[in-house]
Amino acid sequence: MSDNDNGGKIFLHSVTLDLDKCKGCINCIKRCPTEAIRVRDGKASIISELCIDCGQCIRVCQNKAKKANYDDLSVLDNFEYTVALPPPSLYAQFNNIDDQKIVLDALKAVGFDDVFEVAAAAEIITAATERYLTRNKGRLKYPVISTACPVVTRLISVRYPDLLDNLLPLITPVELAGKMAKKRASEKTGLSPDKIGCIFLTPCPAKVSAIHSPIGTEHKYVDAAIAINEVYPLLLKEMKKLGAELPDQQPLAGAVGLGWGIIGGESTSLKSTDKHLAADGIDNVIMVLEDLENHRYGLEFVELNACSGGCVGGVLQVENPYIARAKVNKMKSNIKVNDEPLDDDYVKLMWDKELDYNPAMELGDTMEESFERFTRLQSLIESLPGLDCGSCGAPTCAAFAEDVVKGNAEVMDCVVLLRRKTEEIYKRMESSFDSVGFSNRTED
Amino acid sequence: MNPILIRHDVSGEDFSLAGEASVDIKNQLRKMGIPADAVRKAAISIYEAEINLVIHATGGTVEAEVENNEIRIRITDNGPGIPDVNLAVSEGFSTATDEIRNLGFGAGMGIPNMIRYTDEFDIKSTPGEGTEINMTVRF
Ligand SMILES: Nc1ncnc2c1ncn2[C@@H]1O[C@H](COP(=O)(O)OP(=O)(O)O)[C@@H](O)[C@H]1O
Ligand code: SF4
Ligand SMILES: [Mg+2]
Repeated sequence: MSDNDNGGKIFLHSVTLDLDKCKGCINCIKRCPTEAIRVRDGKASIISELCIDCGQCIRVCQNKAKKANYDDLSVLDNFEYTVALPPPSLYAQFNNIDDQKIVLDALKAVGFDDVFEVAAAAEIITAATERYLTRNKGRLKYPVISTACPVVTRLISVRYPDLLDNLLPLITPVELAGKMAKKRASEKTGLSPDKIGCIFLTPCPAKVSAIHSPIGTEHKYVDAAIAINEVYPLLLKEMKKLGAELPDQQPLAGAVGLGWGIIGGESTSLKSTDKHLAADGIDNVIMVLEDLENHRYGLEFVELNACSGGCVGGVLQVENPYIARAKVNKMKSNIKVNDEPLDDDYVKLMWDKELDYNPAMELGDTMEESFERFTRLQSLIESLPGLDCGSCGAPTCAAFAEDVVKGNAEVMDCVVLLRRKTEEIYKRMESSFDSVGFSNRTED
Repeated sequence: MNPILIRHDVSGEDFSLAGEASVDIKNQLRKMGIPADAVRKAAISIYEAEINLVIHATGGTVEAEVENNEIRIRITDNGPGIPDVNLAVSEGFSTATDEIRNLGFGAGMGIPNMIRYTDEFDIKSTPGEGTEINMTVRF
């Protein structure tokens, strides 16, 4: 985990680079949705203020040089009692299961003392969202935008200041699950909360960052995160021990909670409004946000997931997201809808800390500086070849021009300009040699 | 310091591109370090005018000029023009077709919003020749 001190604000990023593996190719710089990666001196580097932890670079790196930081299973040893927090998308990683029970049993078999389903907490968040929408009807900034995907929340906080007030100010299902699990375990065991480890099984790096620096609250309820693709083989092994008695763990979550693992699950579970929209995939999310800044389209609720298909498409998942989606739908039809989801005090689910705008687009620290840099930027862009070839280490000529005016790159890092310049010098030399009677050509 | 000028031609043909000029100008204004509130007001006003270019005219141009703590916006088109400007600036007035309304536009709040979000607003229109809107947002 790297702490980046950004004007007093600490951002935690869970996407990092393995310098030894990075070959300095341009795959990641071209695919990063916020243009947060540059190749400098033959290696990629991530610009912390711009990174939203979406994991796109992990997906596209052929050298496996981009990785997510998370804990390994040995983190269980740090606690006297451990609770696994599986997200609903985990269940869809396995074949031929009718409901989530066997996954919960297997989690206990691999060493967790207890399991608390994030899907169960998600049902409470659904109920709380319902209450938030109905109690404040007509007084909200519409559409209300879901805050379940931390990539989306962070993206809004750096690029869409006009939408900050649209964010649903509720803690996430993961945090709520951690909070409830800790309380339950503490009551059951008599242990103090710090001896109890609530460990999330994460589909993505963004959720690792979010448990370490939660959004909208100072409280940390989740202690660690392990990647789903790390526990997956262990769980599978336990499940496959034929005839073996797995420890028993009764499921809590119903169909609504399971639905949260796929795109549309959160919004379609709302009964108080049918004016909702759900979009998945980071490029689509950006497209919707751009539109929403100008126009509300009569919408009341918008669910946005950075990954295609929703959390089943997380970069740390195992199964193909589309297959996983079909499996969630099948499981949903097998299990009941919880009429009365676990109740918790609604007010305690609200954010207790404001989310600030962290402008990341300004070219300078002051308006004067930004303005002056912008003027240079415009003429520099004109003089660049516009090929977006990436050889300079920036994703586009325009991004390169920004780097130059900010003092982070040199104009001659552009290979095309450099070549033009050398050709010019060469020609000039040639003609001056000619004029003094030298010639590099062998003509008699 | 010299003024900064950003110019966009808005096509009247392609509805799917409507809004692109305002998104680009908004992003450029942010890069210039202009306060978020002024960027928002300018972007909404440009967006409304840009949509009008597409739904009521046959496209046109959007220009934004930034100098001395103000954003000056000029929107011009050679479309059908507006017969009664006083009517067009009033809240809820719209000649948009049902088809346009079904797309979620045509609430008759475009021009009233431009007036609301800008510090200066001026509209000139000649039927058969076109429309010109000049707006200023100060910061
Ligand atoms: N560029 C334009 N060319 C011609 N007519 C226009 C133009 N802009 C606006 N109008 C007229 O003014 C009316 C009001 O515009 P506006 O307030 O934006 O509402 P709306 O676009 O929802 O109809 C429009 O319905 C249209 O008749
Ligand atoms: S959609 Fe889900 S898996 Fe993907 S980044 Fe967002 S929270 Fe993580
Ligand atoms: Mg309009």
